Amino acid sequence: MRLHVAGPKDVWAGLIYIAFGGLMFWGALGYRLGTAGRMGPGYFPRVLAVILVAIGVVALVRGLIVRGERIDGIAWKPLALILASSVLFGLLLERAGLVVALVALVLVSASASKEFRFDPKAVAGLVALIGFCVAAFVKGLGVPMPILGTWLEPLAVLAP
Amino acid sequence: MDILTNLAIGFSTALSLTNLAYCFVGVFLGTAVGVLPGLGVPATVAMLLPATFALPPVSALIMLAGIFYGAQYGGSTTSILVNLPGETSSVITALDGHQMARQGKAGRALATAAIASFFAGTVCTLLMAMFAPPLGAMALEFGPAEYFSLMVLGLVASIVLASGSILHALGMVVIGLLLGLVGTDVNSGAQRYSLGIAELTDGINFVVIAMGMFGLGEIVANLETADTRELMIKKVSGLWPTREDWRRIRAPILRGTLLGSVLGLLPGGGAALASFGAYALEKKVSRNRAEFGHGAIEGVAAPEAANNAGAQMSFVPMLTLGIPSNPVMALMIGAMVIQGIQPGPGVMTEQPTLFWGVVVSMWIGNLMLLVLNLPLIGLWVKMISVPYHLLYPTILVFCAIGVFSLSNTTFDVQLMVLFGLVGYVLKKLGCEPAPMLLGFILGPMMEEYLRRALLLSMGDPTTLITSPISAVMLALAAILLVLVLLPSFGSTRREAFQDE
Repeated sequence: MRLHVAGPKDVWAGLIYIAFGGLMFWGALGYRLGTAGRMGPGYFPRVLAVILVAIGVVALVRGLIVRGERIDGIAWKPLALILASSVLFGLLLERAGLVVALVALVLVSASASKEFRFDPKAVAGLVALIGFCVAAFVKGLGVPMPILGTWLEPLAVLAP
Repeated sequence: MDILTNLAIGFSTALSLTNLAYCFVGVFLGTAVGVLPGLGVPATVAMLLPATFALPPVSALIMLAGIFYGAQYGGSTTSILVNLPGETSSVITALDGHQMARQGKAGRALATAAIASFFAGTVCTLLMAMFAPPLGAMALEFGPAEYFSLMVLGLVASIVLASGSILHALGMVVIGLLLGLVGTDVNSGAQRYSLGIAELTDGINFVVIAMGMFGLGEIVANLETADTRELMIKKVSGLWPTREDWRRIRAPILRGTLLGSVLGLLPGGGAALASFGAYALEKKVSRNRAEFGHGAIEGVAAPEAANNAGAQMSFVPMLTLGIPSNPVMALMIGAMVIQGIQPGPGVMTEQPTLFWGVVVSMWIGNLMLLVLNLPLIGLWVKMISVPYHLLYPTILVFCAIGVFSLSNTTFDVQLMVLFGLVGYVLKKLGCEPAPMLLGFILGPMMEEYLRRALLLSMGDPTTLITSPISAVMLALAAILLVLVLLPSFGSTRREAFQDE
């Protein structure tokens, strides 16, 4: 079933404001309110959450009444691949190490583009990029990223 | 004279060998990343920010300012050579600049942009030296109530002057304010919204939000549209304007600089509004009106002078009042806080070397841009020619490593992904990320000032309107909001942003 609304952008944005505002208000209930003169940690968030819900209601009502733009198509494939590649990087960095995490990040994200071809040139570029990152960030700037992670530590004995 | 003493302090700081080096590195990196198509100025600054955290405060801010100018200038270069501006402020430059490039005058267009920017930068350094001290002195009189109202005014003005829906900008500001509260409450020590996650006890790092919403978000948005760039020029020659060009650009540069300086001071002003205004003005007053849109050199000179003037003057409210007028200034404030500097009028009086060093380094940075970028144009052309499908995985790598290095935790990487997703979805619904970032930066400060103001007044909220300064600022904010909601002004505003 498809509901027809006048301004879908406003309706969705309004619902998001109401949901987020509601959630933050609910969360703030756990913090001491205090008084206006002696505000507790729960005072400001509650005020803001109420304002946000109010803005959400206005947006929702406007979306139901006033004709607005349609929502453009969402590029699901690039969105999913870009986000997934970064999640993978985060998951792999400490476990498998920087090298593996970068390979995953680059290959998964690159597959989001139609033009990308996995050819020798791409491999060379990837190797160069990984080499640069290891040299510049790990060796140069001292960012504490394991080059080989805990999973691959047994391999470290093979290294010179 | 005071101005001369101040500038002397500034020169002695900015001309130290280390600071000159950091200024150069900033300008160079900023331009290099800024010329890359599809990467806006806020994303560029956010991406390079972690590189400055290890530096001492003065050098870090000098380098950041350099990155900012470089990125802006790089954006103009790209919009002249390829008709694909990454940033709203260079959209205008693309109109005539790209036409000039098509006619084989790319070199002259680039030189004009550089000269106009440098002239504007010089004038603005002097203007800053003259106007920052009185503004800062005035702000020293402010109490918590005045500060709170100033921030309300700043946020409202930035919403009104930015493009897009007012209602959604307001919504995004409030979301930002709420997200700014995550972490330990400075007053009570209570944990708020940290969900028991250790990484959230210090709050969300602003770089994580900026990289997620600007960096990741822009990559996905760029992948939606096919790569249709056409690089006009493989080799740029004829880098010096002719005598006729000089005659034609003198007045537009002057007008652009003046307009940009004024608009840059306004919250929400800054570069984009300034360049748009200057172009519109030139189109009205120029004798070569007919040429506009077909490669008029005035159409490059005026907006470039204005956007540089606007960009530089937007530092004034940031440095003297601690109010960010655009997302880049919000990032600067975030960087200052990380460096342990409390943004506000105290910066000028307590750390004159920092304040004046940064001001003067802006002029030096502009000089470097002028001297370096014209010879380096071949390098920039090469960078622009890198196809996007090779570029964006690399950008992603730097974003991921940069975010990880903030506090050496992969939690921040996942959080960046979350903000990338949220930012993309919200943008599809017509909600821009910029106001959210402003709200996020100002959230904790606003809470603190409101809390102090109401503590002093024993909980009486009328303190916000009984203080005359505070009342005036709140009234201005209210008037601005009402004006925008009036149909007639609303439509003018829509028209003004139509061309962007």
